[in-house]
Amino acid sequence: MKTFRILGRNIRDSFRGVWRNLSLSLASISCITITLIVVSIAMILSANVNNFTSQIEKDVTIVVFLDQNIEEDDIDSLYYDIDTIQYVESITFKGKDEIAGEMMEASETYDSIMSNWTHEDNPLQDTYLVKVTDIDHIAEVAKEIGYLENVSVVKYGEGMVEELVSIFDMIKNVTIVIVIALILVTAFLIANTIKITIDSRRREIEIMRLVGASNINIKIPFIFEGLVLGVIGSIIPIIITCYGYAALYTRLHGQLFSSIIKLIVPEPFMYNVSLLLLVIGMVVGMVGSLRAVKKYLKI
Amino acid sequence: MDQIRVQGVTHTYKSGVTALYDLDLTVEKGEFVFIIGSTGCGKSTLGKLLYRELKPTKGTILVGGINVGKIPNRKVYKIRRKMGVVFQDYKLLDKLTVYENVAFALEIFGLPKDEIHEKVVKALELVGLKNKLKMYPRELSGGEQQRVAIARAIVNGPKLLICDEPTGNLDPKTSMEVMTVLDEINKLGTTILMVTHDINIVDKMKKRTVLLNAGRVLKDYAEGEYTK
Ligand SMILES: Nc1ncnc2c1ncn2[C@@H]1O[C@H](COP(=O)(O)OP(=O)(O)OP(=O)(O)O)[C@@H](O)[C@H]1O
Ligand SMILES: [Mg+2]
Repeated sequence: MKTFRILGRNIRDSFRGVWRNLSLSLASISCITITLIVVSIAMILSANVNNFTSQIEKDVTIVVFLDQNIEEDDIDSLYYDIDTIQYVESITFKGKDEIAGEMMEASETYDSIMSNWTHEDNPLQDTYLVKVTDIDHIAEVAKEIGYLENVSVVKYGEGMVEELVSIFDMIKNVTIVIVIALILVTAFLIANTIKITIDSRRREIEIMRLVGASNINIKIPFIFEGLVLGVIGSIIPIIITCYGYAALYTRLHGQLFSSIIKLIVPEPFMYNVSLLLLVIGMVVGMVGSLRAVKKYLKI
Repeated sequence: MDQIRVQGVTHTYKSGVTALYDLDLTVEKGEFVFIIGSTGCGKSTLGKLLYRELKPTKGTILVGGINVGKIPNRKVYKIRRKMGVVFQDYKLLDKLTVYENVAFALEIFGLPKDEIHEKVVKALELVGLKNKLKMYPRELSGGEQQRVAIARAIVNGPKLLICDEPTGNLDPKTSMEVMTVLDEINKLGTTILMVTHDINIVDKMKKRTVLLNAGRVLKDYAEGEYTK
């Protein structure tokens, strides 16, 4: 009960503090708002990048064409040889008849030509479809498979895939750096706001000490004030995130450039992002005010 | 037990000025003691040592049996809650009403509202300001402001009240009103130590009076002994 009363008083005081030096509070709040908007964009971006790189990674396959005249036994031993290569995740056999069947299904022209092929005069090659655990190593794996016997050609989306992934990675890293820089600037600004609050309340602090306020009693309102700044600052970014992402998703029909790159479904994704924004706002506000209290409120 | 026991206390400021030299002073429970002396003789320094704004350089200070010089900064609030302090400049918050200024001292303890109300009204009644609860400090005379400050100092029922020139800004008539209030508080059982340079007040009140000179006790007059 007692704790709640003290807490209630602290919250009231912190709102008063925000109100009392409104212009400075507004500066801090806008700084948090801007930072959190950027953080939100960065989070949405990197979550989507992560999402579709993993999608791409899942889809990228090395196609291993086997020699025309390969023996049944060699097909099996080749399987084990490929399996021993590092970063190989899965190997699927796709025989030439199956491929022919698929082609015939896809087009009538093929169908008319290929329908009377027997297994023997099917000129296509048997294949292994190989998936890798990590797309960064795909070239390496392809090269190693190429050295094996009875393998005629190894193919994958050379260059294009890796480039795409590395561009996405770079975008992600750049946004992370920007976000960290912005967060530092914001924490600094909040520290300054709280410092001014402390200065404007020196007399009150002195009196509080005289009448027997404990250090925590004196410090908590300032820390709460930072917290309040953080919470207020996260309101607009959260609104933008929720409405903005949902609108973007609808507008783009859930995909970017082509159907290969699928966006993350808004719900519950945008709520998770919003929650994270609120937490970041609160933490930044608190860290900023803690810094100020530690530095300027020596009691 | 004595309320205050100062033993062999020396206080030297960082600047190198020694304000008190090997001072001894004992104040019994329920006493009213004036500390007088010319400017710069160390009166305020003594007060600050008692409410632990300062720590003695040498010697011990016991307040209500607690060695206040040994209390670390973060625990100072504990002894502040057991004593009241009053200053020449009142130290009221302009943005708060009379009631709020006094309640302020209780709110930080997290007392329930009705208990705060009861205590605040009682304290303001004691200083004769029960009818000015909703006024702001700037709407009050100096004497009234000082009485608000006194109410705030005693609202928590402290055993000891330390006053540093509480009448320093007041005219003789108002000063005597404040003294009447302090005397009443003393009669209710609170020990009072009051620093002053107003000889007229000391002369009229007929209390124990300690005369300091250059950081030492020059003379300790018993009740009624001092005349100007
Ligand atoms: N914060 C301080 N730093 C350095 N010296 C100080 C400080 N405060 C007081 N002094 C010195 O200590 C001595 C005693 O000061 P103190 O304030 O106790 O005097 P006082 O008796 O209260 O005087 P007054 O009647 O003018 O209020 C003085 O010489 C003063 O200059
Ligand atoms: Mg003085």
